[in-house]
Amino acid sequence: MTVSETPTLPELRQTGWQAVCALKHLAPERGAAALYGPHQVALFRLVDDRVLAVAQHDPFSDAYVMSRGIVGSRWVDDVEVPTVASPMYKQVFDLTTGRCLDPAGKTPARGLAADLRTFPVRVVDGVVEVEIPEDDGPAGPAVSA
Amino acid sequence: MNARHLVVVGGGMVAQRLVEALRDRDTAGTWRITVLAEEPRRPYDRVALTSYFSGRKPEELELGDAALWDDPLVTLVRDDAVTAVDREARTVTAASGRSYAYDHLVLATGSYAWVPPTEGADLPGVFVYRTIDDVAALRGYVEKLQQELVRPVRGAVLGGGLLGLEAAGALHALGAQATVLQVGTHLMDTQLDLGGGEALRRLINQIGVGVRVNAMTVRIRPHRRGGVGRLDLADGGRVDADVVVVAAGVRPRDELARAAGLEVGPRGGVVVDDTCVSSDPAVSAVGEVACIQGACIGLVAPGYAMAEVTADRLLGGAAEFPGADTATKLKLAGVDVASFGDAFGRTENSLEIVWADPLAGVYKKLVMSDDARTLLGGVLVGDASAYASLRPMLGRELPGDPAAFLLPEGGGGGVPDLELPDDAGVCSCNNVSAGTIRGAVTEHGCTDLGAVKACTKAGTSCGSCLPLVKKLVTTELAKQGITVSSALCEHFALSRAQLYDAVRVSGVRSFTEVVERFGTRAEGRGCDICKPAVASILATTAPAHVLEGERAALQDTNDHVMANLQKDGSYSVVPRIPGGEVTPEGLIAIGEVAKDYGLYTKITGGQRIDLFGARIDQLPLIWQRLVDAGFESGHAYGKSLRTVKSCVGSTWCRFGVQDSVALAVLLELRYRGLRSPHKLKMGVSGCARECAEARGKDVGVIATDKGWNVYVGGNGGFTPKHAVLLAEDLSTEDLIRTIDRFLLYYIRTADRLQRTAPWLEELEGGVDALRGVVLDDVLGIAADLDEQMAQHVVEYEDEWRATLDDPEKLRRFASFVNAPETPDPSLAYVPERGQARPATADERDAALRGEPVLVAGTTLEVRS
Repeated sequence: MTVSETPTLPELRQTGWQAVCALKHLAPERGAAALYGPHQVALFRLVDDRVLAVAQHDPFSDAYVMSRGIVGSRWVDDVEVPTVASPMYKQVFDLTTGRCLDPAGKTPARGLAADLRTFPVRVVDGVVEVEIPEDDGPAGPAVSA
Repeated sequence: MNARHLVVVGGGMVAQRLVEALRDRDTAGTWRITVLAEEPRRPYDRVALTSYFSGRKPEELELGDAALWDDPLVTLVRDDAVTAVDREARTVTAASGRSYAYDHLVLATGSYAWVPPTEGADLPGVFVYRTIDDVAALRGYVEKLQQELVRPVRGAVLGGGLLGLEAAGALHALGAQATVLQVGTHLMDTQLDLGGGEALRRLINQIGVGVRVNAMTVRIRPHRRGGVGRLDLADGGRVDADVVVVAAGVRPRDELARAAGLEVGPRGGVVVDDTCVSSDPAVSAVGEVACIQGACIGLVAPGYAMAEVTADRLLGGAAEFPGADTATKLKLAGVDVASFGDAFGRTENSLEIVWADPLAGVYKKLVMSDDARTLLGGVLVGDASAYASLRPMLGRELPGDPAAFLLPEGGGGGVPDLELPDDAGVCSCNNVSAGTIRGAVTEHGCTDLGAVKACTKAGTSCGSCLPLVKKLVTTELAKQGITVSSALCEHFALSRAQLYDAVRVSGVRSFTEVVERFGTRAEGRGCDICKPAVASILATTAPAHVLEGERAALQDTNDHVMANLQKDGSYSVVPRIPGGEVTPEGLIAIGEVAKDYGLYTKITGGQRIDLFGARIDQLPLIWQRLVDAGFESGHAYGKSLRTVKSCVGSTWCRFGVQDSVALAVLLELRYRGLRSPHKLKMGVSGCARECAEARGKDVGVIATDKGWNVYVGGNGGFTPKHAVLLAEDLSTEDLIRTIDRFLLYYIRTADRLQRTAPWLEELEGGVDALRGVVLDDVLGIAADLDEQMAQHVVEYEDEWRATLDDPEKLRRFASFVNAPETPDPSLAYVPERGQARPATADERDAALRGEPVLVAGTTLEVRS
C-alpha cells in the first residue's frame, strides 16, 4: 500500500494585512475560502459590496465549509444583520460578529465554542484585504472558554 | 364495587360511540358493559365502506381507540348474534347458547339492506351493500368475472340513493361498467330536488357511470353460464348485467324487539321517547333501529346523538334527543353533493334561490324564509364548498345577500365572513358546537387543528366540517395573538404555494425582485430557507442555469457546486444513468475516473453509481472526464428528479408484459433537471410482480396487458408510504400527460420540502380531487401545466456541460481564492476494505502525534 501526492501546504506564513483577490472576483452573496498558514478564512461579499470574514471552520460539523453556506439576513434587535448558514447542519451565524444566532438544536463538536472567529477586512483600490492575526494556534477552531 | 351491567346488542358505529361516551364519563365505573356483535370484527366505519375499494384494509376502517376494548369494564363478544330477549328475567340469549343478564339493555341492531321481492333476487351475483363481508364478496365476484370475461364486467345498481351511488362508485372503482337504475324521477330523491338530481346525474355520467331514472326492475334473469345475466324493466326495457347490487333502502332490525313485545313503529323500528328509552324503561334503542320522533333515521350523526343521550341518561343525566340533523354531504368519485335543512322548500311561503350552471356541472339552491333572510335549507351539487359554513347557520339570519353564497368564487364579491354563534353545531357526527371548538383554544390551550381535533373530536369522523373547524381555530388563535403561520420564513409571509403563484403570475425573474414585491422587508436578503425555495420556484417559472446571475447566490452548496456535500466537506458525484441502463464502456469510464481521483465508489439504491471524496476543486476536472465519456449531471444534489428505477422488462424477462426499461429511460430524460419542492423518485415495473418497487416512489408505473397503471405519492424513508393508484391502463402518451400534470400540480402547490405523500394526504379531497385536476381538468389549468412541462423539456440543458463551457462559473470551484490550486489541507482519508474513507477525529489526532495511522489527502491510491 502506498500513499501518493501528499497535499502541499503553502510555504508562506503570512500575518498582518494580506491582499486576497480583486473584489470583482468575489461573487455577490456567496462565500470564498482563503488560506493563510494555519488559518482558513471564509470571505463574503454582500449586496452592498461590503466584505466580511469569519473562520472557514464550522464548529458544529468540525469541517472547513463555512464559505459554502447561504448568505442572508436576519432581523435581530431591530437591525437587519447579515448572516451565513452552515451548509452542513444549517446553524446561522452573524457575519459581523461571528455570533451563533441559531444552533439549530445542536451542540458544537469536541466541546468547541459555538461562535465563529471573525477577521478584519478592508477593500483598497478594488482589492480585498484581510488581517491575519499573529497567533498561529491550532488550525482554525478556537477552543471553548 | 358492584357495577351494574349494561348489555348492548349490536356492534356497529353507534354501539361503539355509546361505549366510548359511557366509559369517557363514567369515571366511577358504575357500569360494566358487554357488547354482543353479530359480525366477526370490531366496530368499523360503515360510512367509509367504499374506501375499501381504494385499497384500505378492513382494520383501517376500525373506529376509535382500540384500547377501548381492553378496558376491564368493557367486554366485546364478536360473531355471536343475540337471538332472544327475556324482559321478565332481564336476560338476552345469543346464538352460541350463552345468556347474559342485564340491568339495562340497549338495542343497537341497526338496519338490514332491503331487497324487494323480485324474481331472481336470490341468483348468484346479486349483492347488497351493507357490511365489509358484503363488499368483500362483491369485490371477489367482480374480480373473478374479470378473469373469465374478455369484455368489461357490467354491473347494475338497483337504487339511486346515497348507498346506491356509493355502490356504483365502488363498481366503477373495480373497473366494472356501472349503471344505476332509479325507480323515482331523479337521483338521491330523499335529499335532492329535481334540479339537484339532474345536475348530479350529469356529473355521475361524466365519470363513466350510467344512470336510468324511472327504471323499475321487475325481474332479474339468469345467464346461461349461471349467475345473473339481465334485468327486465317495467317499461319493457332490458339491462344486461353480470353483477347486481341492490341498494333499495334499509329496514330497521327490530325482530328482537317485536318478539319481546316492545312497541314498534308503523313502518318498523323500536319506538323510543326523546331519552331513547323504549316502552320498557329497562330497554333503550339507539341508531337506525330506533323509531324516534316518529321515524327511523338512516344516518350516523343522529345515531351518535342518541348514543350520547343514552350515556348521559345511564349516568343520571337529563339529556334529550335534540331532533335529527339530516344534513348530508358526500363525495362520490370527486362529485360533491350536500343537502341540509328544508331542502325541498316545504316551509310555507319559503323562497328558493337557485344558481345552476349545467356547463360547469353545478347546481346550488338555498331555501330561505319569506323575507329572504333566514336560512331554512339548501342543496349543493358539484360544488359543496359553502356547506361547512352554511349548515351551522340553519334557522339563522344570513348576513348580506344570500346569493353571494351561491355564486362561483370571484363572481359575486366573495362569501361574507360568518361569525358563528357559540351554540351553532359545527361537527354533526360528533355533535360539537362552535363554542366547544373555541373553548378548546381559549380554555384548553390547543394551538393547532390536530390538538383541537383530539380535544373535541370535531372533524374526526367524516371530516366534512374540517375546513370550518380550521377556520374557527385560526380565528380564535388570531384573537389570542397567536398566528397560525404558513409563512415560509421571516422574509416571506406567504406559504411556498402562495409564493409560487405570485411569482408565476407576476413573471418576476430574480430574488431581488421577489423580495421587493412579496417580501416582508424590502431590505431583507433571505436565508437558507427562502433562498433555495425561491431558486426552486424560479427554476420552473423562469428556467435558467442554476449558476445564472443572482440565482447562484440562492443555491444550497449542493446545487451551487452540483455535487453532494459529505460530512468532511468533500463532495460526491453521481452521473445520470437513465433507467439504470449502462454500457460496459460507460462503466469503465466511471471506473477510470474513480480510480484516477481516488474516489470511494458505491452503487446507489436508485440504480446508479456514487463517487465520494471529491474535493471542490476537483469537481470540474472529474466532470470534464465524465461529460467527454457521454455522461451528464444526475441531479443527485437537487430537489429534483433523481432516478427512474426499472426492472429489466419484457425485452429479457420471461414474465414482463411491457418494456419497462425503455419507458424508464424516456421518463428520466423527460423530467431530468425538473426542480421541485423535494426530491422526486420514480419507478417502472414491467409486470405486476413489481420488481422495480415502483409503489415506493413518488411516481410508480406498473405495466398491464393493456398499458400502464400509474401510482402516485409513495416514498421510502422515515415514514414509508405505498403510492396510490391514480389511473389505469393508460397508453404511453396518456401516461406521460398524466405524470406531466401530476408533477407540475405538485410543484405548484406543495409546501417547501414536502414530498408527494404528505402533500397528497393534505390535498383537500385526496386522490379523487387529484384525479379531477389531472384527468378531468376541473380547475381548467391542464393546458397551462402541459405547456409548462413542454417548456421544461425544450429548455433542459445539462448544467454540468454548460458550466464547463463558462470560465466565470468555473471560478466558483477554486479551493482557495488566494491559492486556487492548493487542495484543502484539512481533508484526510484512511483505507478501508480497499477504498478510502474520511479519517475520524481520533485518527487525525493519532497522525498528528506521529502514530502509525495512514492518513492522506483525497488522492489515496489503494492497492490490495
